[in-house]
Amino acid sequence: MNRFLIPLGIFVVVLVFLGIGLTLNPRELPSPLVGKPAPSFSLPQLHEKEKVLSSNDLKGKVWLLNFWASWCGGCKEEHPVLIHLAKSGEVPIYGMDYKDRREEALAWLREWGNPYPLVAVDESGRVGIDYGVYGVPETYVIDKAGVIRYKQIGPLREDVLQTKILPLVRELQNQ
Amino acid sequence: MKLWLYLVSILLISGHAMAAYEASPLAENPQVEARLKALAVELRCLVCQNQTLADSNAPLAEDLRREVREMIVKNMSDKEIIDFLVSRYGDFVLYRPPLKTTTTLLWVGPFLLVIGGATALVLVLRKRQKKLAAVALTEAEHNRVAQLLSEGANRP
Repeated sequence: MNRFLIPLGIFVVVLVFLGIGLTLNPRELPSPLVGKPAPSFSLPQLHEKEKVLSSNDLKGKVWLLNFWASWCGGCKEEHPVLIHLAKSGEVPIYGMDYKDRREEALAWLREWGNPYPLVAVDESGRVGIDYGVYGVPETYVIDKAGVIRYKQIGPLREDVLQTKILPLVRELQNQ
Repeated sequence: MKLWLYLVSILLISGHAMAAYEASPLAENPQVEARLKALAVELRCLVCQNQTLADSNAPLAEDLRREVREMIVKNMSDKEIIDFLVSRYGDFVLYRPPLKTTTTLLWVGPFLLVIGGATALVLVLRKRQKKLAAVALTEAEHNRVAQLLSEGANRP
């Protein structure tokens, strides 16, 4: 009896570990930036390139920062969710056009709709590096004091928005 | 004439394409490149997670190499450069995870497994030895063993 019990026990332990490993997503890395001040930026805007969008202008309100690009497949996937959120007017989503071509980005927004009040252009990807971006789309929740409170890696889904982001946003807005 | 134009345009396009795929020019300074190389094998490319920054051709890896190169030119120490990356991307950017409370199992785990295995082996072997020693022989069996052994010894 004992002879079978020990190998069975080991097997079950290995199985549990493998099971946990399979359900984890290796793309989702914990960001060290959550809880830290959002890196400041000052970049030309997408629609009017002479104008600048600076993170300092956004202090005092809760906002989302969404890294996207016209070449990015996941961005199209999350786009209806962003449009829907923008229409609700609950929280402004500022866009960061990441390593993209201006004309293509503008055409993309014309075709699929523009959920952003303003879009900054990060052509070199430097601001992306400051924010620890490694795969667009990525979305950050930034509070009134300019601190990153949440980071979404990959496309924003309606259920994540409803269960995580919007409750957090409401809580931060009431602070 | 048309064919000629066609050929020239193909040449121009392919030349352009080749230039785009060429590796970025090795920096003028070989010392900087050597340091970049040494650092890049210690850093992980976050897009293709099982490659180092040195191996990867992902656009992000290229950007990060550019960033590291610039920091080297600015004369920052290796530690400062690594801290810069860790503060943005977390410990995952390091190919050698640091020893921390959260990574203790990772570092100690293999040793625990070896110790556990060795202990189990010793226990099993001892148990087996005890079993062998426990078999006692009767008087008759002793005599038979002695007889068989002596018979064997007499044979050439």
